[in-house]
This record gives sequence, C-alpha cells and structure tokens, in this order.
Amino acid sequence: MSNVPPDLQYTKTHEWVRRLPDGTVEIGITDHAQHALGDLVFVEVPDTDKTVKVGDPAAVVESVKAASDVYSPVAGVVTQGNPGLAAEPEAVNNDPYGKGWLMRLRPAQGAATAELMSAAEYQKLLQTEAA
Amino acid sequence: MGHKTPLFELHQELGARIVDFGGWDMPVQYSSQITEHHAVRRASGVFDVSHMCPIDLKGTRVREFLRHLLANDVAKLTRPGKALYSCMLSEGGGVLDDLIVYFLTDTWFRLVVNAGTRDKDLVWIRQQSAQFDVSVTELTDLAMLAIQGPEARAKTASLLSGSAADAAMALGPFFAARVGNWFVARTGYTGEDGFEIMIPAGDAVRVWRELNAAGVASCGLGARDTLRLEAGMNLYGNDMDEKTHPFESGLAWTVAMEPAERRFIGRSALENLTPSKQLVGLLLEERGVLRSHQQVLTPSGPGEITSGSFSPTLERSIALARVPAGALQHVQVDIRGKHLNARVVKPPFVRFGKSTLQIDK
Repeated sequence: MSNVPPDLQYTKTHEWVRRLPDGTVEIGITDHAQHALGDLVFVEVPDTDKTVKVGDPAAVVESVKAASDVYSPVAGVVTQGNPGLAAEPEAVNNDPYGKGWLMRLRPAQGAATAELMSAAEYQKLLQTEAA
Repeated sequence: MGHKTPLFELHQELGARIVDFGGWDMPVQYSSQITEHHAVRRASGVFDVSHMCPIDLKGTRVREFLRHLLANDVAKLTRPGKALYSCMLSEGGGVLDDLIVYFLTDTWFRLVVNAGTRDKDLVWIRQQSAQFDVSVTELTDLAMLAIQGPEARAKTASLLSGSAADAAMALGPFFAARVGNWFVARTGYTGEDGFEIMIPAGDAVRVWRELNAAGVASCGLGARDTLRLEAGMNLYGNDMDEKTHPFESGLAWTVAMEPAERRFIGRSALENLTPSKQLVGLLLEERGVLRSHQQVLTPSGPGEITSGSFSPTLERSIALARVPAGALQHVQVDIRGKHLNARVVKPPFVRFGKSTLQIDK
C-alpha cells in the first residue's frame, strides 16, 4: 500500500504539493510514482528563477528504464531545485515526501493551480487505477 | 493478453512487475532492477527466457544448409555440443535475426532465435530449407532459464545428481550437452559466466524455486537489458534490424567472409558495400542518462543512439550508437536540447564483473 501523508495535496499525475509557512510551495512525486518508476538514477531539477506554468514539465526523473517528466501543479517562479538530488537521486525512492522533494516555487499572484486532491481523494484515485 | 511462459504464475507470486515483450507477458523486475543487476555481477541470478524459440534442424545436409543460411560459418563447429553466434541475413544483407546455433550431431543442429522474430524466422528458415531436405521443428513444452553470474554454474550444478553435476561443470565456454532431461549450455547474454538451460516445461517452477533456495536471485528483463548493454551485446530490433547490415552494427566479427567460395545469403550485398556507418560504445562524461534515439553530434555528421541506459556497475550512463564511419574520440549527445559530452569507447564496458574502461570518478 502506498504511503499518502494526510497533510499534502496531490495531482492526477502523481505529484504532491506542500504549502510552506513562508508562502512558497514544495513539490515532489508520490510514493506510488517512485515505486512505479523504479530505481531513480538521475534527476534534473529546474533552475532558480525559472517561471513555470501549470502543467509545464518542470523536472525530469530518470530510472534505469526511462525518463519521465514531472509537471508543475502550480504556476509561479522557482525559488530552489533540490540540490541534494544530483549526488543522491535515490532519495526520491527512499524518502519521496522528505529528502526527495524536487523543487520549491513562489506561486504567482492569484496563481492558477491544477486541480489538487486531498489525501483521501488521491487514495481513492490509486485504488481506481489499481482496479 | 500476451503469450505466457510456464513460469508466468510463479513470477506473479514472486511479486514481479509484468510487461509486454515481443508479444509475451514477461517479468521486467521483481524488487529492484539495480539489485538484480548487481546479483548477477557479484553472485548469481536466474532469468526466464522461455519466450525465446528453440528450433531443431535435422537432415544429412543440415551443415550445408546452415553454411548457406547463416553469415557465420558452422564449419567452425567441429566438436559436438559447440555453439556459435551468428546473424541470419536477407539477400540485401539486412539482419533478419541474430541467433545461437548448437552443433549436436552431423545430422542435427539446434537454433535459438528471438521471441519477436520467431514467426517470420520460421517461415524464412522453412522456405530456405526446402532445397536441402532439412526438417525444421519448433520445440514446444520447454522452459528456458538463464542462470548467470560468477556463482551461477556451481549453484545450478548443486541441483543435479553427482554425475550430472560433473557433466555440467565440465562444459567449456560456449559448449552444450544433454544432462539427463536437461539441455545445458555454457552461454549467456550478461558478460558473466553461467548456463542457459532448456528443461521440460513441467519442471520449470520446481527448478526455479530450487535455484532461489540455493541463493540464486530472481531477475527480470530490466536487469537483463542493462547487463547485456554493459557487456556490449547487441539487442535485435534496437541495435540492428532488417534495415541495417552487420558491418554497421558492430557485428563484422560474426560474418565469415572466408572461405570466399561459401555463398551464404546476403554475401553478395555485403561484398558490394562500403560501410558509411559504424556502431560504437559511448560513455557519458556528464550527469544524465543516454537513451535510444537521442541524436549524436560528431565532427563527421550526426548519429543516433540505438541502446542507452544507466550502467549500475560503472554508475555512469553508457550507450551503443550508430555514427559515421571513421576514427572518433569525443562526441556530444543531444539530451532535451542540451549537448552533453561523451567519450567513444570500444565495447564491452564491463566483463566478468569489472569495468574495461578508464573512468575518472
């Protein structure tokens, strides 16, 4: 069973969003997504100050098998890509909601967001996909 | 729903992720592709390769037939049990398939061809065999297991009785023999020592479980692909196909142009061409992952990656790439618009668990 922390929001494309106290948001991929991808060997995170729109491919995670885009669920300006993933891409596998975060954004004023789900809704989506 | 091997239900029970491979439902990985890869480099692993197609050829003119059918020369096979790797070419010199041929007796040879090409191979071989009066029989009701790694032979032999175990352990590299009701070959597709065995389908589950119990790890096709790429071995359909010939596929060593009077299928086409391309190995010198179809930029023109992956042994990305012929040392690869530096190297990248390359960490 996938780990789905209750305090985060989720997308249909298996990203998670954490709202940080300073008004920025932290984005990563879910436990379900990292498991489906398998062992990650390379992660490309966006440069600081890059402007992203909702649904833009903002990061790339590569497993042994394949490269996959990670889509930004929020419009805004990148404040930081996770610098630790260059040396340790497997952090996304081992700790997808912690050390494996991909990027932080400052949402644009009145920013558009993708349709975000609660943890309960995301759990339901995973059950539907598994069925 | 694809074809299923006799081990399909066991793979599911072992928690494998199943994918379609050439029309077959096959395990791509059980737990971790990297862990399975290392198991083969450092100890032993077992792969289900029952999707591949064994074909028996029998007749008094079978050797003559194979000297016509195959680009490599079965005249090299003088001792019973010896195996040879060869391409099977079209008249135009394109690679119809790559295969292993085993010399069993003067009237009996066995081929093992790829799963994705089995139907067209059988049609082609039957068509060509008619004038040689050779019978062509696809073997069914068999399971094929590849047990690979430095400990693979000893672990496999531990499942056999004393004399059978001795017979299996006595096989030289690229030799095969009947051992009881097993066909045991000291061949593989990983760059490690090991066996490929053909056994009755009904025994497959028991043998797999016994191998697991002996400490042989279950390994999926994902690890098989990274292992063969590190070993510098081509994958049919990726690195060569009907539209490419052996000389631009790193396979010149498998084409026996001598003796000149052996007129094998595809020979005339090969004699009349000057290869404008070559297949080389690439080692990415920056962070990233090489993938098939990425464009390669060279001083003598563009090329293309035919197989690329992360190498678990080297912890770098490696690839096979088709590039313009001629000496090349450094190239660039276009990865999502960025041009990353790669070094041209001669495969294999890894042999018997060790890197063959000088790599600065």
